[in-house]
Amino acid sequence: MKKEKELIEINEHIVEIVSDSGEGAQTAGQMFGTINAKMGNGVWTVEIIPAEIEPPKRSKAGASGIRIRLGRNEVTNAGDVANVVVGFNEQVLYSRIDTNSFEPGTILFLDKKWSESPIEQERTAYAEALKDFAEKGYRVIEIPLEEECLKLVPDPRRGKNMWVMGLLCELYQRDTGLVEKEIRKKFARKGEKIIDTNLKLLKSGFEWAEENLTFQYQISSLDDGIDRIVTNGNQAIGLGAMAAGFEVCSMYPITPATSVTHYMASVFRDVGGFVHQAEDEIAAVGFAIGSSYAGKTALTVTSGPGMALKTEMLALSVMAEIPLVIVDVQRGGPSTGLPTKVEQSDLLSTLYGSPGDAPKIIIAPSTIEECFHFMVMARKLAEQYRGPVFVLTDANLATGVQPFPRPQLEEEWLSPPIDQSDWNPNVEPYQWDPETGLSPRPVPGQKDGTYVLTGLAHNSKSKVAYESNTNQESMAMRSRKLATLQKTLNPPAVHGAEKGELLVVGWGSTRGAIEEAIDQAREEGLAVSSLHLKFLSPLEPGIKEIFDRFDKVMTVEINYSDDPKDPYYDQGNQRHAQLATLLRSQTLVDIKSWSRVPGYPLQPRIIKNAIKEELAVAGGVK
Amino acid sequence: MIGLKCDWLMEEENRHFVVEDYQAGEPRWCPGCGDHAILTSIQRLCNEEQLEPENTVFVSGIGCSSRFPHYMKTYGFHSLHGRALPIACGVRSRRPDLNVFVVTGDGDCTSIGAGHWLHAIRYNMKMVVLLFDNQIYGLTKMQTSPTTPKNAYSNTHPQGSWIEPLNPISVVLGITNASFVATTVDWNPVHLYATIKEAHKHNGLAFVRIMQRCPHFTADYFTGLMDDPSKIVLMEHEDGIPTTDVMKKYFKNRETHDPSNIIEALDYAHRTDAIPIGLFYKNTNAPVYSDFSAMGLDTSNDAKLEALEKELNKFSI
Repeated sequence: MKKEKELIEINEHIVEIVSDSGEGAQTAGQMFGTINAKMGNGVWTVEIIPAEIEPPKRSKAGASGIRIRLGRNEVTNAGDVANVVVGFNEQVLYSRIDTNSFEPGTILFLDKKWSESPIEQERTAYAEALKDFAEKGYRVIEIPLEEECLKLVPDPRRGKNMWVMGLLCELYQRDTGLVEKEIRKKFARKGEKIIDTNLKLLKSGFEWAEENLTFQYQISSLDDGIDRIVTNGNQAIGLGAMAAGFEVCSMYPITPATSVTHYMASVFRDVGGFVHQAEDEIAAVGFAIGSSYAGKTALTVTSGPGMALKTEMLALSVMAEIPLVIVDVQRGGPSTGLPTKVEQSDLLSTLYGSPGDAPKIIIAPSTIEECFHFMVMARKLAEQYRGPVFVLTDANLATGVQPFPRPQLEEEWLSPPIDQSDWNPNVEPYQWDPETGLSPRPVPGQKDGTYVLTGLAHNSKSKVAYESNTNQESMAMRSRKLATLQKTLNPPAVHGAEKGELLVVGWGSTRGAIEEAIDQAREEGLAVSSLHLKFLSPLEPGIKEIFDRFDKVMTVEINYSDDPKDPYYDQGNQRHAQLATLLRSQTLVDIKSWSRVPGYPLQPRIIKNAIKEELAVAGGVK
Repeated sequence: MIGLKCDWLMEEENRHFVVEDYQAGEPRWCPGCGDHAILTSIQRLCNEEQLEPENTVFVSGIGCSSRFPHYMKTYGFHSLHGRALPIACGVRSRRPDLNVFVVTGDGDCTSIGAGHWLHAIRYNMKMVVLLFDNQIYGLTKMQTSPTTPKNAYSNTHPQGSWIEPLNPISVVLGITNASFVATTVDWNPVHLYATIKEAHKHNGLAFVRIMQRCPHFTADYFTGLMDDPSKIVLMEHEDGIPTTDVMKKYFKNRETHDPSNIIEALDYAHRTDAIPIGLFYKNTNAPVYSDFSAMGLDTSNDAKLEALEKELNKFSI
């Protein structure tokens, strides 16, 4: 029965599964990503999530799906255009076309049921789309998706995804035994009958592909023997938080941050902690602050609008020097903005969004692995520097899935039991070391340590400041902590040559795409390098010196900036991207910015184009 | 070994606290302010209950009354306007060993912090919440609060406030899982003390509204009640605030009210002919959130690491 197939060797591929909401595209995609990771391939997945739970069917806005980029080697970002796409209907694919996700040659597997739809508009729309896709150069392969599923399940909306899994497994020669294991794990709670149905669907998809497809892909893997785990960014944050010894996670539901706490809530009890769902964002951070004041390690997880609500509390945490970790999974703003989409717009509001001068520590993981390890770092920093530490991730990292080396847990990461020994009554509650601004912290329960913490300006005894010099002095002490921390940091490493024509600077989730763009540009002979910052406050040392080695410096960010090419802007009114604004003020270097807010992760080729454009402008000036 | 243990016990027993051990600084409230009386009552409670200062925390928001923690020689947290309750809940969540008190005013609790108020009552964590209800904003200089009487003059309503005041007791009684709801007055130290003492004994959130005089802005608000105590009805019951002879002498108008009766409690809360004081409602069976949030406190590092490794296994490839 097996057809003679054309075997196509590939180094990497981008696969998309796009459906109406509720058809399980993400479940199948994440499973497909996991299988590839288990087989030793590099993987990066990114989810396409509509803002509503059940948006209208067969609509651009309702497209729900997932992109899986798999590679022979490590994959660091979602890449450019898709190679293979499975569309449950043709209309949802238009949302992908709008975001330039396909190119001529992209293979579209399309459910052919729409060609036989009893509804005339659907038939017409499908026929028109087929024509359109052909004109665009996409290669359409019609599949009997719903038809085959109906043979096995009454409601194909609950089955198509596994049939597609079967098809993809055959197409990429994936190990169906592994899929079977994943299915058993995924549906363990739903019982044997559901598992059996899903396995049948998988088999049906596989067999259809085996009999009907004329080609098959072959992708090898680098088996380097490294023990890896595979998680998305939000799971990594949750795992990292637990490994870092947090006991209290206080939250209020907000997209796209909440899944961190869903994950934690499912296992936190076994690790001795608990998730508090507060009545609102302010209470969520207040609860964490209270726990921390009482000596317990606490974090709160939120997104931009939640950050805005929390600002007064965050300033309290600075003012009263209460250790606290705040995870901000950034989404599009301002206001409610783009709830499910990526943006890096909270940098300046995190840094400056509190009344008064409130120096804060801000770090930004750039990979899924860093989402884990930065939580361990964040807790240590919060305690050592006695104040809030902000971990800025984003919607891209939140749902992005990537394998990374299994963390080697250490007991010292866990928080030590709270100190209940007698406090030295000669030590003041804010006995600032004038060199560092650091001070030891008494915790309730410590005899002779009683003090009243206050958000009012206070002296080292925590007494309300009635003398005029107290405020100046205590402000200086809180600020000094950042300088102290900065001195302990290493200068960031340049990706590419140490000097050149253009340095691209980024932060957060854009790292993989930026570095891939830089690698490609360098292969084309361009003298470009990149720098990715982990610390946004304080900034890592030596940045100015690195900038000075390049003719030009440009940030690439997913937040809004005025395009200097527009006729409305000049040096006096042009608004820069957020990191650029920060770096300009700190280094006095005329840093350019290239930033966009498309609601999806920046693609390497777009960044490469921006680099080329900037270099052309530079050439023009010379 | 036995000898050593005896020595240690002796030392612990020797730790006896006097009232001064709970006093800190000179209160900066106006002379004649009801807060002074409440402070004295609380310090007396700490002393009589021999609460260890280091294991006692006073959390407050912002306002005149919220300066309270500064005058206690215990741990204190003078927080933000309206936010004392979520912070106190956080303090309590993993520290069953601490005595937690919340001091909040009518603006702090029933206006800017109203959302937290409602939910803290429902969480029912073990703590004493004292609402210092002077029916006016004092620290910001005489603005209408939610509990300001109708037609009363204030700087924001110079022609008199327009609508009926919010009734903190009927609000709290309407919240699911409320477990201890009482009213007392600052000018009767005997009833004030007895109420606070019962509140401290309660396993859950004890909400005590204290009608409190503000000599500066609302000096006349409570004079009617003070001049004629029969305008107050003292709720009596064996499960309520214990009444003493001294109390009985002062409060001639007394009625029996069973604090387990929520319907009757609501009737009392809505009384207009007289102001009821005492215990409106008590439910010792209401779930206590802090019992749940403190679970797992004794988890060993080994158990934590084992659970974490198990989690990593789940994600292993």
